[in-house]
Amino acid sequence: MKQKFDVITSTCVPLPLENVDTDQIIPARFLKATTREEKFFGDNLFRDWRYQADGTPNPDFVLNDPTYSGCILVAGKNFGSGSSREHAAWAIAGYGFRVVISSFFADIHKNNELNNFVLPVVVSELFLAELFQSIRENPKMQVEVDLPNQTVTNKATGRSEHFDINGYKKHCLMNGLDDIDFLVQNQDKTIQWEQQNK
Amino acid sequence: MNTLFDKIWDQHVVQQVPDGTTQLYIDRLYCHEVTSPQAFDGMRARGLKCFRPSQIYCMPDHNTPTHDQDKPIEDPVSKKQVDTLAKNAADFGLTHYGMMSKDNGIIHVVGPEKGLSLPGMTIVCGDSHTSTHGAMGAVAFGIGTSEVEMVMASQCILQQKPKSMRITINGQLGKGVTAKDVALYLMAQLTTSGATGYFVEYAGDVITALSMEGRLTLCNLSIEMGARGGFIAPDETTFAYLKGREFAPKGEDWDKAVAYWKTLKSGSDAVFDKELSFDAADIEPRITYGTNPGMGIGITESIPAAGDAGFEKALNYMGFKPGQKLIGTKVDYVFLGACTNGRIEDFRAFASIVKGRQKAADVIAWLVPGSWAVDKQIREEGLDKVLEAAGFEIRQPGCSACLAMNDDKIPAGKLSVSTSNRNFEGRQGPGARTILASPLTAAASAVTGKITDPRELI
Repeated sequence: MKQKFDVITSTCVPLPLENVDTDQIIPARFLKATTREEKFFGDNLFRDWRYQADGTPNPDFVLNDPTYSGCILVAGKNFGSGSSREHAAWAIAGYGFRVVISSFFADIHKNNELNNFVLPVVVSELFLAELFQSIRENPKMQVEVDLPNQTVTNKATGRSEHFDINGYKKHCLMNGLDDIDFLVQNQDKTIQWEQQNK
Repeated sequence: MNTLFDKIWDQHVVQQVPDGTTQLYIDRLYCHEVTSPQAFDGMRARGLKCFRPSQIYCMPDHNTPTHDQDKPIEDPVSKKQVDTLAKNAADFGLTHYGMMSKDNGIIHVVGPEKGLSLPGMTIVCGDSHTSTHGAMGAVAFGIGTSEVEMVMASQCILQQKPKSMRITINGQLGKGVTAKDVALYLMAQLTTSGATGYFVEYAGDVITALSMEGRLTLCNLSIEMGARGGFIAPDETTFAYLKGREFAPKGEDWDKAVAYWKTLKSGSDAVFDKELSFDAADIEPRITYGTNPGMGIGITESIPAAGDAGFEKALNYMGFKPGQKLIGTKVDYVFLGACTNGRIEDFRAFASIVKGRQKAADVIAWLVPGSWAVDKQIREEGLDKVLEAAGFEIRQPGCSACLAMNDDKIPAGKLSVSTSNRNFEGRQGPGARTILASPLTAAASAVTGKITDPRELI
């Protein structure tokens, strides 16, 4: 999971729907696991869109379409709204996605992706629309996500965009570090705060 | 600048980390069984103990059955998750309110009613509806499991400071219009992403006049506009609600606390990143028609005539047509409860409509108190008699059909009028169709068997 980030170049899986909520990413009935079974969550990513009621794959859903593959998910605006369940980020990571590109992410889900070394890349509406079109025209087209330089490039059109990421989080992703190490190392500052405020 | 949000947030900053991140001190962490086990496992793997165990409260709520709670949970997977929380709490020395304990209930109902959530606090839980506790005048927000582990390990969290928004609603709510309708109205105005990136302060005549229960409902639904959290400056209503509660300060400490709480308000010169104003007169009882909470209409209105691909997908799922009116549509299930509307005032409202009437024969109604304390008060006030006389049964507390992690699942294709918070596809069970509404609208629909304007029955 904690694969260090650098530059990722991959084909994309398009999901041109807006307001994809975390109940769709992983339905509540799959939240009963008490361990981080990434494969289990990945196997049930988008469960109710991906499988029909009888358990057979829904041929109309993009994850079941062999035309599309890659470790970059491209989704419509307001991706990951609703429930705070980190299981949604585990499912995305467990399936094998390392980057999600959208024009807008819900706050909690965005943090959950970052905490699981999945990179949420926010692009402009124009860039996103063009990217969906490029993928439609050539499902084998590639996108380059360059974290050190904070750029995302549509290799079909050559259009490139800068994306924002908090500098601390970028450092964590590039070095495989997480917040808990930092917070435990800073407990003296927490104790100092408590003494001043309690 | 100088907003109440700034005051509470800034006071809790332990340090500013370079590049825009804040190490924020957390006063209260709540844990339920669904989003905590992997955090406890992470703590074990790192060999850590909870840094401030006395500030962490645990209780199961999502998986709890709403009947026969004195017997073992039938679903072995649910049972394991509930048992795991009890074991984790014991191993890490945390307070745990187990099933059938008089203290148990939905975490967002129990926290305020025990006085565990107080003005000026920072409060987190691995649950997006943690925004509920903002009604107490606290900065409260939902977090993921990795962040739960951060707080267990350090009583702190690393966050970027959100922007601030004030939503002012002036005027007076009309007959049959509740806090739930106000929230559903705001979601339709702002959409489910309109407040993303913001902490929302609610203000104005309507907010001041709301009871504590109403405020909890409104703040609960802040996340459905995308907001990190929503809160209301504490006032006499807040203090009166808190006084005498189990964990509220007592005696001299109470006086000191109230004196401090009275300072918790936005300055007259406060500058918000965004300000919105609405008029109470524009709000009627509301219902949703689609598959996100922002897809809502006034109960007398029609579904919009057209929309984007998401609109078509939603109507296709719901089995509705563009331009259709929903009033009079046959209802299969009614659900009263959840962290949104499982409090005493919600049961009073529901009972006020069904009193002297009868539940429609073909409606299945689940009435689920938010906690055992709510259940006790229902019985003390005699509401149980009113509800039972009208053909309703009160179930045992838990999250229940809000997200159907227990057995309370709405069957595929059935239409549910629900006082919960989300109408996402499959939220109340695979294929279930959910209409979000207030307890009054749910009650009116339960007795007529059709989607009904509660004003006709008041």
